[in-house]
Amino acid sequence: MPSKVEGWKDEVYGAEIRERLFEFAEEGWESIPEDEHDAWFERFKWWGLYHQRDGQESYFMMRIGTPNGVLKPGQLRTVAEVADEYARGPVDNPEFGGAYCDWTTRQSIQLHWIRIEDVPDIFEKLESAGLSTIQACGDSWRNIVGCPVAGKDTHEYVDAWPVAEELHEEFKGNELYENLPRKWKVSVTGCDEGCGQGDINDLAFEPARKELDGEQVRGFNVRVGGGLSRKEPRFAKDIDVFCRPENATDVSAGISALFRDHGDRDNRFNARIKFLMDEWGPEKFRAVLQEEYMDYELPTAGEDLREDYTYNAGTQGEHGDHVGVHAQPDGNYYIGLDVLVGRMGVEDVYELADLAEEYGSGEVRLTQRQNAIVTDVPEESLDALLDEPLLEDYSPDPHPFMRGSIACTGTEFCSLSIVETKNRQVRYARWLKDNVELPAGVEDFHVHLSGCTASCAQPQIADVSLRGMKTRKDGEPVEAFDIGLGGGLGEDPHFADWIAMRVAADEVPGYIANVLAAFEDEREGEESFREFVAARDEEALENLAEPAETDYEDPFMHNTKMTWYPYADEDGMDAKPTPARADGSRIPADD
Amino acid sequence: MAISVHQLDDGAWISVDDARRVSVGELRRLARHDFCGCALADVLVEGFVEVGVDPPDIEARVAGQCIACGESGVTDWLAVGRWLDGEFYPVAPESVHLLRRSDGSPTG
Repeated sequence: MPSKVEGWKDEVYGAEIRERLFEFAEEGWESIPEDEHDAWFERFKWWGLYHQRDGQESYFMMRIGTPNGVLKPGQLRTVAEVADEYARGPVDNPEFGGAYCDWTTRQSIQLHWIRIEDVPDIFEKLESAGLSTIQACGDSWRNIVGCPVAGKDTHEYVDAWPVAEELHEEFKGNELYENLPRKWKVSVTGCDEGCGQGDINDLAFEPARKELDGEQVRGFNVRVGGGLSRKEPRFAKDIDVFCRPENATDVSAGISALFRDHGDRDNRFNARIKFLMDEWGPEKFRAVLQEEYMDYELPTAGEDLREDYTYNAGTQGEHGDHVGVHAQPDGNYYIGLDVLVGRMGVEDVYELADLAEEYGSGEVRLTQRQNAIVTDVPEESLDALLDEPLLEDYSPDPHPFMRGSIACTGTEFCSLSIVETKNRQVRYARWLKDNVELPAGVEDFHVHLSGCTASCAQPQIADVSLRGMKTRKDGEPVEAFDIGLGGGLGEDPHFADWIAMRVAADEVPGYIANVLAAFEDEREGEESFREFVAARDEEALENLAEPAETDYEDPFMHNTKMTWYPYADEDGMDAKPTPARADGSRIPADD
Repeated sequence: MAISVHQLDDGAWISVDDARRVSVGELRRLARHDFCGCALADVLVEGFVEVGVDPPDIEARVAGQCIACGESGVTDWLAVGRWLDGEFYPVAPESVHLLRRSDGSPTG
């Protein structure tokens, strides 16, 4: 039997949601019938609006999809203006202030504390700048990701940017693919560094070459069925298909139609295509694709470039993450800036937009490591840009613990999360930087912190994986983490092995310090951390290090999920100022 | 009176009568259960897999992990609240829960 969500989608879904959304906006929050809240909030996701968690009723997270993370000249300023005017909540965040922008692990933008009454004005402002929230959430084509410097990369084998743009144009607002069984995540990458993270996407185009009709053709190999959620991580499977760049839209249409028709609509927990791939295997998948959905003979896979991948590959020497100063093929440079946990206060976003206009073309790009890149900077302007004060906080040459930190949204706003994330990861990174020496030669060390098993911070592909948990300390429930070690991507991707379980949050920095001390003591020669972990069995890894209390202090040990907002002075649910009218005044409960 | 009960946002919470009533993230103690080997399991609720009604109880099968022994899995049906006279009364997470098997019989 189709799930309840499928029933709501059958009634209204896709582009037509917008008209009702605008009617509710015109008439105010209270005009949404209470007995239709769940249905409408599920549908609003299609337009990038996600109702915030318990205690924050009437406020929404808004996601803006920027394909490949590309913000064309002027667009970042628009985002800053929207955040400044519309994304302010009842209480400031103690680290980031009253308005801020989040750069996500899918090269999108998230704003919080959005009111439905403001949505038409926000959409008008965004759309007039060429930006949109369409299909940023919900069961359809999500934001397309890839190498963030596509088209401007000396490592590029195929220019993937026109392909990503074409897919974005074709599949956003396309009614044939607007209602899929579940989310649909696509990566298109043309560079040889592997930074597009195709392995963890539902559909991945990765650079490859093949001789066709006597000619060497540069294009893509196709993989399907990757994803990290629900303790069921999968790397995408090679379906033995080579695709010319000009065929990427046809192949994408075929594969997403296959998902539309054969995905599980009865059970949302089994709906992602990775589970269909489990059931069918790549050979059957390819056969059904060819037979039912393609009108030309699919070539078999070509020769890939995976052995050259450097990004998150467990090696040292090359980061592959686009942080730092790098030459573009046109003689200009791009400068990748480290944005700790992907969040920037709005004044800093304005400043970044100013710098991009002053020193570059005005374009800014976002990466899957939650960082920002200023492109098109002439060589003669580099020194002046590097001297700008903003780059002291968002460094192109960050300490490895700052560079390696990723965190999801967490209990600050998210219904799913078990623990507080971003502000905690900021504290972890600072403490590690101040207190722990990395072993010689270690310049890359990734710590990914995710609040729950949804894995938005991609914890399984980090050197140290942190996944939100609870434990008891002196009998009282406290926030905690399961800790995994040795995950990463590269030619041979590997999910982290879960080693230290239910570690109280205030003992995590001490654990990481002890792990690194053991690594330094026991490593053989230049052995990388990932090699060090791979060379040990589970028992040896469990005995490697112990959690430890240190002088690190964690202000979020209590049950942050049960607060209305973890950083409010009066944080109990009883003190919540929600739901609120457009002017911020609290709407009293009927009873 | 018929009431609407469902889980939403990837099982993050349970809606009863179109209002958010129960969220993931709590620890719930289970007695007489098959979830793990602990006499009293201490299960972190990571997701609501199924929801149902056995009047007056609002029930759920929970995906989670026992923080005492580390066992992960999905519980049998446990009551998370009651619907009485048009009002929802949550079961206190810190109370000891008794479970019901999928076939309706009590566990243990």
